[in-house]
Amino acid sequence: MSYSSTVQELIDQFGRLPGIGPKSAQRVAFYLLKAPTEDAVRLSRAIVDAKERVSFCERCFNLSEGGEECAICRDPRREERMVCVVEDAQDIVAVERTQEFRGRYHVLQGAFSPIDGVGVDQLRVKELMTRVGEEDIEEVIIATNPNLEGEATAALLAKYLKPMGVKVSRIASGLPVGGDLEYADELTLGRALEGRTTVGE
Amino acid sequence: MSLYRDQAVVLRAWKLGEADRIISMHTLDNGKVRGVAKGVRRTKSKFGARLEPLSHISIQLYRGRGDLDTITQVETLHRFSNLRTDPDRFARAEAMLECVEHVAQEREPDPRLHVMLVRALGTLNDQDSPLVVASFFLKLLAHEGLQPQVDECVSCGATEQLEAIDLGDGGVFCRNCRRGRPVSAGALDILQRILGGGLAGVLSEPVGPATSEVDLLSTALMEHHLERRLRSVAVLDQTQI
Ligand SMILES: [Zn+2]
Ligand SMILES: [Zn+2]
Repeated sequence: MSYSSTVQELIDQFGRLPGIGPKSAQRVAFYLLKAPTEDAVRLSRAIVDAKERVSFCERCFNLSEGGEECAICRDPRREERMVCVVEDAQDIVAVERTQEFRGRYHVLQGAFSPIDGVGVDQLRVKELMTRVGEEDIEEVIIATNPNLEGEATAALLAKYLKPMGVKVSRIASGLPVGGDLEYADELTLGRALEGRTTVGE
Repeated sequence: MSLYRDQAVVLRAWKLGEADRIISMHTLDNGKVRGVAKGVRRTKSKFGARLEPLSHISIQLYRGRGDLDTITQVETLHRFSNLRTDPDRFARAEAMLECVEHVAQEREPDPRLHVMLVRALGTLNDQDSPLVVASFFLKLLAHEGLQPQVDECVSCGATEQLEAIDLGDGGVFCRNCRRGRPVSAGALDILQRILGGGLAGVLSEPVGPATSEVDLLSTALMEHHLERRLRSVAVLDQTQI
């Protein structure tokens, strides 16, 4: 049996989302078809609103609402001399929860993964180098995930940033190897920030 | 449905759901196998780091009804740590994993390929030469029955004035029969030594125009055979400053 083209289109759209396989896409589609119309309208409006109001910060590539720069970049109380580099914008939330870090951020929008075709040109590395060159940045703290791609990303950044004369450090172990930063509890992550080590020496 | 043990090199890993990972690996006795590792992305899992790509592991799997076996035990044999902390070597190593991922067939035992991969990763871990990957690609082509003919002209059999190489015709051509792309005498010498079993001497060859030429040629030969580009190689070209 096949679905009408309208239903199939809905299933296909959900199936394109990360982490959603064909079975889940079908389940979500049927859930929405059975749900009250207001629920579906609220969902579609939330998607459209977010797409219209939220963009990427021109400086650090964090999510930004109502401006070209994000709230953290606009905040004058944040220290300019320290920049914490993360893979994705959601990692900023994890670091902020620790309340250990008062500097600014830089979001790479991914991790170094040659096999996936993700290298220097696909990450925001050149933008970071421009910032190191133009802003009063003394230390770059690399807070990529404690896994293979995160470690390789740290090595890649050290290779490009060290020659620029900036201090490059990596958040300390204590973070479980192979895990995802977003699953780390704030105590562990806070300790990891305090005990960071210099990279590439 | 049964438990079995094997040795494997982890080729790729994908996230599955909230906390699991799907692992593609090349095993010694069972060819390419896809397995699921439950809970590895949770912070307390002991499996996580051992199942990352590039790891050479001893593993126990449970074979059920589906395509995916379940990973029940893992021990590390080699971590190849130098490949993880040097961006260029990391990209070179991933080029080999990417290649094996495409060449190897699921559940078709190919112990020779497995041993070649483990050795190449070990060699690259010990010494950073672009010829490690080039040699691996050429030897893999030979293993697949596609060894390029580099000692005599494909067309007339001449052994002198060999000046060109053609990817499709799988070998070199003399001045009179020339077709394909030009190949330098230095590069040809390295190609002949790699395919003739003189690999150890080749790896100590200083990096220069001839080694880069062999690097490019071996990648081109492999991509021609795979009928696709290798992503890792494109990324490697970006990271060379
Ligand atoms: Zn910002
Ligand atoms: Zn000829």
